[in-house]
Amino acid sequence: MLEAMPHRAAIWNFLFGRLTLDSLPFLANNAEGRILLVTLAVVVIIGVAILAAITKARKWGYLWHEWFTSVDHKKLGIMYMILGTVMLLRGFSDAIMMRAQQAYAFGPHMGYLPPQHYDQIFSAHGAIMIFFVGMTYIVGLMNYIMPLQIGSRDVAFPYLNNLSFWFTFGGAILFMVSLFLGDFSMAGWLGYPPVSELQQGPGVDYYIWGLQLSGVGTLLTGINFVVTILKMRAPGMTLMKMPVFTWTTLATSGLIIATFPVLTATLFLLGLDRYVGTHFFTDGFGGNLMMYINLIWIWGHPEVYILILPLFGVFSEIVPTFSGKPLFAYSSMVYATIAIMILSYLVWLHHFFTMGSGADVNSFFSLTTMMIAIPTGVKIFNWLFTMYRGRVRYTVPMLWAMGFLFTFTIGGMTGVMLSVTPADFLLHNSLFLIAHFHNVIIGGVVFGVFAAVNFWFPKAFGFKLDEFWGKATFWFWLVGFWVAFGPLYVLGLMGVTRRLSHFDDPSLQPYFIVAAFGAFLIALGILSFIIQIYVSIRQRKEYAVGGDPWDGRTLEWSTSSPPPEYNYAFIPVVHHRDAWAAMKKFGFTRPRGGYNDIHMPKNTPTGVVIGALAFACAFGLVWYIWWLAALSLLGVIVVSIVHSFDYHQHHHIHADEVRRSESGSNQAAAQGASA
Amino acid sequence: MPVKRLRGLLLIPLLLLGGCNLVLLDPSGDVARQQSDIMIITTLIIALIIVPVLIAIAVVAWRYRASNKQAKYDAEWDHSPQLELWVWAGPLLIIIAVGAVSWIGTHQTDPYRALDRIGSGKPVPADVKPLEVDVVSLRWKWLFLYPQYGIATVNELAAPVDRPIKFKLTGDSMMDSFFVPALVGQVYTMPGMQTILHGVINKPGEYKGFSANYSGAGFTDMRFTFHGLSTRDFDAWVGKVRAAGGDLDLAAYDKLREPSRAAPVQYYAKFDANLYDRVLNMCVRPGEICKSQMMAADAHGGEAMHDMHAHDAMPMTEAPLMPSKPAPAPAASAQ
Amino acid sequence: MNTTAIDTAPPAPADHYCLTESPPRNGTLLGFWIYLMSDCFIFASLFACYAVLGTEYAGGPTGAEVLDLPGLAVNTALLLVSSVVFGFAMLEMARQRKGAMLGWLAVAGLLAVAFVSFEIHEFLVMIADGAGPGRSAFLSSFFTLVATHGLHVTLGILWLVVLMVQTVKFGLNTDNVRRLRCLSMFWHFLDLVWVGVFSYVYLVGVLR
Repeated sequence: MLEAMPHRAAIWNFLFGRLTLDSLPFLANNAEGRILLVTLAVVVIIGVAILAAITKARKWGYLWHEWFTSVDHKKLGIMYMILGTVMLLRGFSDAIMMRAQQAYAFGPHMGYLPPQHYDQIFSAHGAIMIFFVGMTYIVGLMNYIMPLQIGSRDVAFPYLNNLSFWFTFGGAILFMVSLFLGDFSMAGWLGYPPVSELQQGPGVDYYIWGLQLSGVGTLLTGINFVVTILKMRAPGMTLMKMPVFTWTTLATSGLIIATFPVLTATLFLLGLDRYVGTHFFTDGFGGNLMMYINLIWIWGHPEVYILILPLFGVFSEIVPTFSGKPLFAYSSMVYATIAIMILSYLVWLHHFFTMGSGADVNSFFSLTTMMIAIPTGVKIFNWLFTMYRGRVRYTVPMLWAMGFLFTFTIGGMTGVMLSVTPADFLLHNSLFLIAHFHNVIIGGVVFGVFAAVNFWFPKAFGFKLDEFWGKATFWFWLVGFWVAFGPLYVLGLMGVTRRLSHFDDPSLQPYFIVAAFGAFLIALGILSFIIQIYVSIRQRKEYAVGGDPWDGRTLEWSTSSPPPEYNYAFIPVVHHRDAWAAMKKFGFTRPRGGYNDIHMPKNTPTGVVIGALAFACAFGLVWYIWWLAALSLLGVIVVSIVHSFDYHQHHHIHADEVRRSESGSNQAAAQGASA
Repeated sequence: MPVKRLRGLLLIPLLLLGGCNLVLLDPSGDVARQQSDIMIITTLIIALIIVPVLIAIAVVAWRYRASNKQAKYDAEWDHSPQLELWVWAGPLLIIIAVGAVSWIGTHQTDPYRALDRIGSGKPVPADVKPLEVDVVSLRWKWLFLYPQYGIATVNELAAPVDRPIKFKLTGDSMMDSFFVPALVGQVYTMPGMQTILHGVINKPGEYKGFSANYSGAGFTDMRFTFHGLSTRDFDAWVGKVRAAGGDLDLAAYDKLREPSRAAPVQYYAKFDANLYDRVLNMCVRPGEICKSQMMAADAHGGEAMHDMHAHDAMPMTEAPLMPSKPAPAPAASAQ
Repeated sequence: MNTTAIDTAPPAPADHYCLTESPPRNGTLLGFWIYLMSDCFIFASLFACYAVLGTEYAGGPTGAEVLDLPGLAVNTALLLVSSVVFGFAMLEMARQRKGAMLGWLAVAGLLAVAFVSFEIHEFLVMIADGAGPGRSAFLSSFFTLVATHGLHVTLGILWLVVLMVQTVKFGLNTDNVRRLRCLSMFWHFLDLVWVGVFSYVYLVGVLR
């Protein structure tokens, strides 16, 4: 029809770029189309239900004023955690689909996913899990905890913090849109050329712009946190008196600042190749795909330490708290963190030993890679000696810490195996590798996030999470992980490579069936987590706690749960490491009067607006809707300028208000708490 | 050989998982075997520290549980210089050991290094010339050229037992990874670039080969069989390929490289003598300028190239792009 | 080293909380400086690409053929002078002389506009000669590196205009002074990057 009327086609092209009815994969009359249609229906039904519920409860104003436009680091932290959980569900459904396909697609059975679809799923799974689950979770944790730990009222740039969130959110939405509009990248989670150069259609462009949006958000967050830690610590808190979680936040933020620009540049060059026809990574005209692979891993390897370091910090808070004694060898821990941060920058080539760099280069990177095992090993020992001569209470956070110690240590061992170049020539790209990095990312990052959620949830909401469902979550995840990835280790040693959508050799099938069952156990773990949240909210009165439910050691436990907007009515003065433990030991009480007016940043809608415009710009670029991209980019600039004309971005919380809030809070409960 | 026994040790827990074929722990080619041995040795060295740590975690976790009031509780004990020294020194010593093994092994099994042995204590006989195979990864199949025999195959590779093999590898348009786990560790194939791999197979048999690097929709089916054959069987195999006829000239190659999935095994009795160099230099089609010429011209400031532009292309048949290869030798002389 | 500080003598109770409010410490200059460092990594990546691809002419024109050194000398002078002039503006700001400062800022901005115009002109000439960014990997990396710098300068000009308007409207208040300081860092940073571009891309490109 469009072809018959050229001017109409031209108008359509102008308005909608390359977006046509054919771009709606759920309209396709095949298995994939039907899967997507059902998914879309479910998403729409749930979405409409949520929107209707909010509207019915008249909560839109509340959400807008109290959450979306909030510059409060605590609220932003919670929003990050919610976004991370939603994206975990998405990323995990991809995982289940992959496990199901690989368990079924043997011999004559081709599985239910054709390669084109399967390839999109593993690409989306990796990218989502790293960028929108891992990164979102750790940024959420750092956002919530770090300013409280350093005795600050907020981060250095509260408005930027809000903007960062909406950039990340925009990137996440772009990834979600790719499910129902067009397709997704089939080039793996790192978008290696030539696949990413050659794939037609919007898939790779979704990937590029989604990551660019979230990358900008992450970079701004990194800058924000470094300045916050360097400039806004409570008086007396020298660097060597900072809680270890704050140290790891500093290290991770430093890594973000030094690596995310490389990611931005690399994706930008890939984008230029795709949009403008340059020759950075093409096969011909002097382009060089090895450069992409080097650049992406110069970002990519530090990235895994960006993910794991804050969780090392989490465990360094949890293990001492539940062992009832200070962290063993604090300075060792700090130096080990710094060593990991620096070394992580010098190992990227181990991701492609097999590219033919020569024995000397490979040996060098093999050694640097192994050297990371030294500070990491030191950390494991330090946690072990923290428990030694302690009184270890096996609460849910501590269980996760134990699961982490076992799982991560074994993951570290397989990591050293992979760092041995000759072994890597055999194991590279095999399922052994897949098992290894899931071993450290699930065993380290995911376990750490669950530990942190269980540990700090009472701080954020004033009630504890349900123990029973917490333990169920833990055991399902722990057992599920080993059942899912143990077989993958074995399959790797059998020489089975990654990313295959179909197998000929029937002797492999039992392993994949066991692995699929493991994924099912993990699904039960996720379900238990959701039930845990639900049950705890239902019984929040019963589970209510004061400011210091765990006999904590650092400053965040010295304020009420949840903390007031301003965190501390009086900024604490720090004399010791584990400042709150020392304050409890010496029996100090807070002043009960003489409150001051408190100066706080004002909420702003600018972040939401710029985030929305940036999303529109990215969407326009994905679909070649140039007018939309240009206008929204212009919009971003104009809104930023308008925002800069508002010089009054602060407000005062009056002393009376502080007094009211302090007397009503449950802080008193924390007051006399003793060990 | 002590590694043998160690290998057995490592196999015990894995054997519990059933009689699976852990090819990476028991490969049939000497280089892969060395790589596998290094993997096992380093794993055992790491286990020296990992296993005690795992046990210690369990013991400490149990002993210092809150309900055990017998255990000593010292709320102030948070550092110990001697212990911290060991905490750093322990991992350091282990890593020095593993690093030394890795360093030596990396050089010993460097894919670029020509083999000096075909097995433990068996140097390469002086009169044996390595079998040369030029490998091209196509979308999504493998092309093997045997310049010494003048034959070519698709998705089937064969080599005589105990004769070193020298692979030269490149990709047509995608990046793949050439991997026969039983033979030797993998190496990437990349368009416009060449990698080299040396290996040898010590046991006759049929082995799996595949691409270990994802390269698009047909990647899953990008498999081939590697036949380790006795010298006589290999000669027979060469004869079989020759007898199948077929000529892989540039035009035929251009057809062959069209993307296809699960391509059948194909034999060619001869192939264009410049084919591999042309693929490597990305100038198979008439009129395409070869990368090597382009680079030579670029090195001279691009002037030479402008002249070439004037003629639009270089004539196909003239001047080989690289030092030409020895003419296909009779099979017998290559023993 | 004493890692357990808890058993040392307790401080006086009054020392445990700040009883008065102190104004929040402003980290903008530090934050902006860190941002510039991260921007350095973007340029470093682009420089690295140029280092790898700078001789991949793909049979197309070489640096010596397409790069216009005399024009470039003028252009470099424009940017360097602009940087010096921005320094004058900052001196005037320190003396609280708003008018003089605005004057110098305007000069710095105009010089930068001239710089960007020259650069765009150079690009258009090259593209018209068939030496566009799609011709070879050398030209891709050349255009990307130089244009990324140019884009930064363009944004700097836009920011300069906004700040001039704000200074006229609201005077040299603390916020504006801080913003001008940030812009000043940005301006000199771009100059520094340009020195790198000039020496590595143009001089080396022409010489080899």
